[in-house]
Amino acid sequence: MIEKLKDLYKYRQLIFILVSRELKARYRGTVFGFLWSFLNPFLLMLVYSIVFGVIMPARWPQFEGKTIYYSIFLFTGILPWTWFSSSMLESANVLIIYGNLIKKIKFPIEVLPIMVVLTNMIHFILGLPILILFFIVFAKPLTGWVLFLPVAMVIQFIFTMGFGFFISSLTVHFRDIKDILSNLMTLWFFSTPIIYPFDSPHVSGRGWIKLLLWLNPMTHIIEAYQYAFYYGSLPHWKKLSVTVLVGLLLFYFGYKIFDKLRDTIVEEV
Amino acid sequence: MHPIIINNVGKYYKKYSHKHKFLTIKSALVNKTFFSDLERDEKFEALKGISFNVENGKTLSIIGENGSGKSTLLKILAGITRPTSGEITTRGRISALIELGAGFHPEISGRENIFINGIILGLSKKMIQEKLSKIIEFSELEAFINSPVKTYSSGMYMRLGFSIATNVDPDILLIDEVLAVGDAFFVPKCIDKIYEFKRKGKTIIFVSHDLATVEKISDEVIWLKNGQIEMKGYPAKVIDAYMQYIGEKEEKREEKPTEVSTENRWGSREIELKNVKILNRDGKEKYIYKPEEPMIIEFDVITKQKEDDFVFGLAIYNPEGILCYGSNTSLENYRSHHIEGKGKVKIQIPELPLINGMYFLDLAVHKKDGYPFDYHHFQYKFKISSKFKDLGITRISHQWKFTDNINVKPFKPKKR
Repeated sequence: MIEKLKDLYKYRQLIFILVSRELKARYRGTVFGFLWSFLNPFLLMLVYSIVFGVIMPARWPQFEGKTIYYSIFLFTGILPWTWFSSSMLESANVLIIYGNLIKKIKFPIEVLPIMVVLTNMIHFILGLPILILFFIVFAKPLTGWVLFLPVAMVIQFIFTMGFGFFISSLTVHFRDIKDILSNLMTLWFFSTPIIYPFDSPHVSGRGWIKLLLWLNPMTHIIEAYQYAFYYGSLPHWKKLSVTVLVGLLLFYFGYKIFDKLRDTIVEEV
Repeated sequence: MHPIIINNVGKYYKKYSHKHKFLTIKSALVNKTFFSDLERDEKFEALKGISFNVENGKTLSIIGENGSGKSTLLKILAGITRPTSGEITTRGRISALIELGAGFHPEISGRENIFINGIILGLSKKMIQEKLSKIIEFSELEAFINSPVKTYSSGMYMRLGFSIATNVDPDILLIDEVLAVGDAFFVPKCIDKIYEFKRKGKTIIFVSHDLATVEKISDEVIWLKNGQIEMKGYPAKVIDAYMQYIGEKEEKREEKPTEVSTENRWGSREIELKNVKILNRDGKEKYIYKPEEPMIIEFDVITKQKEDDFVFGLAIYNPEGILCYGSNTSLENYRSHHIEGKGKVKIQIPELPLINGMYFLDLAVHKKDGYPFDYHHFQYKFKISSKFKDLGITRISHQWKFTDNINVKPFKPKKR
């Protein structure tokens, strides 16, 4: 497997050009162009801010009674979540969309899910300045823990990538996954402390919900961002280390399955 | 040292057999066949143990009907799929022209697509940069190279794809039927490019239905039939056998009526024509003829009583119903004296200078004044397969002569 991943390094130019092509092509013809990279999570944040900040305001102590703080908190979680969920949904499609290419040209097809995750990562990175701008504009202090960001990103990348390999290769055989996935992602979104903090009374008050969230690797990944940006303190490094392990395992098995299905993918797409 | 060695290569695809398609998930769960239904149990063998080598610098063409395994073989050669059994060894960089412009992104410009396509085909960015002007020039798309590819016509699309794929500078070139979509100006250019590859000593595998081109460019031809090599050898020989086979198959498919249909047959039948056969020089029934090949038309004649006024005639029509040739014994100044009992007539045709295509044969016996004994109209078919693609009805024999200042050279087939 290490050998194969090393081989992939040779294809870095291919991955690079596929990613830049995706980025160039995605918003071509739109008025706002690449602004959509952060307009999308921004609008999502706006929706939740209105619902949970204005219509049915939650009185969580973390936000010091300020709706705008809640919005910033939301944005901190939504931005990495968008990276994850878009990567998942696109991974499910990518091999099928590129079916023609897979059938006609020889190239390592794992570059396609990699391309998906990297493209969405770049959208995420493009959204970061807006996030930081919010902190500055609304006078929420940022701490040195922001430097923890790359670590969180690496963990998320490994986790997402593992899932991406898994989903993309299996969807070719079981197209139902695509539909299951889109619903699952909604459930997953609400099972991750994004629109509410992990230690809000709704969660910590009920054991089984807490357990569910605790078992969800995305909880710890999203929390890592929240700690780095919003709380400005050391993340739960123990939980996070376990998450890293889970991520590595997922990456390993995800790639294994992808590799095993590789030959049949060409025939099935 | 063979650049391509294929040893007993087989490929099968698994399919769901029809009876196993479950009706609903519920029924599958109730009958507990859910998982067994997900198993694929029907095998489709696309290739059945194929072996051949290609020598360095040779051009091998693969012909065969649709579904004979040509494309599967090419995909295995290109490394896109792996064979289920057997071994394949290739040496050198392979460029596969399986589908031109596969992987073009419609929203971005031709120039950007050259880079993307080139990198997908295995070139480095630097190499593409060096070849960029050559690629654009060959594609003749200078004016459109900065427009999005979605604005291109299919011909332009193909031109760009061909330019990129051939500029990859491969050692082995795989070409699958890609020239079928090109326009009349670009295809000859592509063929020239293929010749250039030949001259440079590259190995080429060519898959095509265009048998004329196949015969021209290949050193060897393989005819695939149902996933097996039916025949392998000199182009002319294999193509001939293949066309013969196709012709016979076509004939069978169209179900040549055993009883001559009454609709296209008339006459009093006092003299009857029977057992009409179109034969080649060896006396074998054949369907496809080259213009320079002799043909013999043979039939039995049965008379009920003695007759003294009779004329035998033949006519050849093309599918548009145009009479290409017609004649009879009277027109050719034969005097008919008498006919009685059973006899046989042979019409010997040393050559048939007709153009490519299908022809219908009329045979008749009638009185001099036209009173028909037996007239067979449009009953028999044969096909002419000429190496030229000239137009009209018949090939009028001619020769081109040029003065020295006009440099035109006839195409010379390779020595074998």
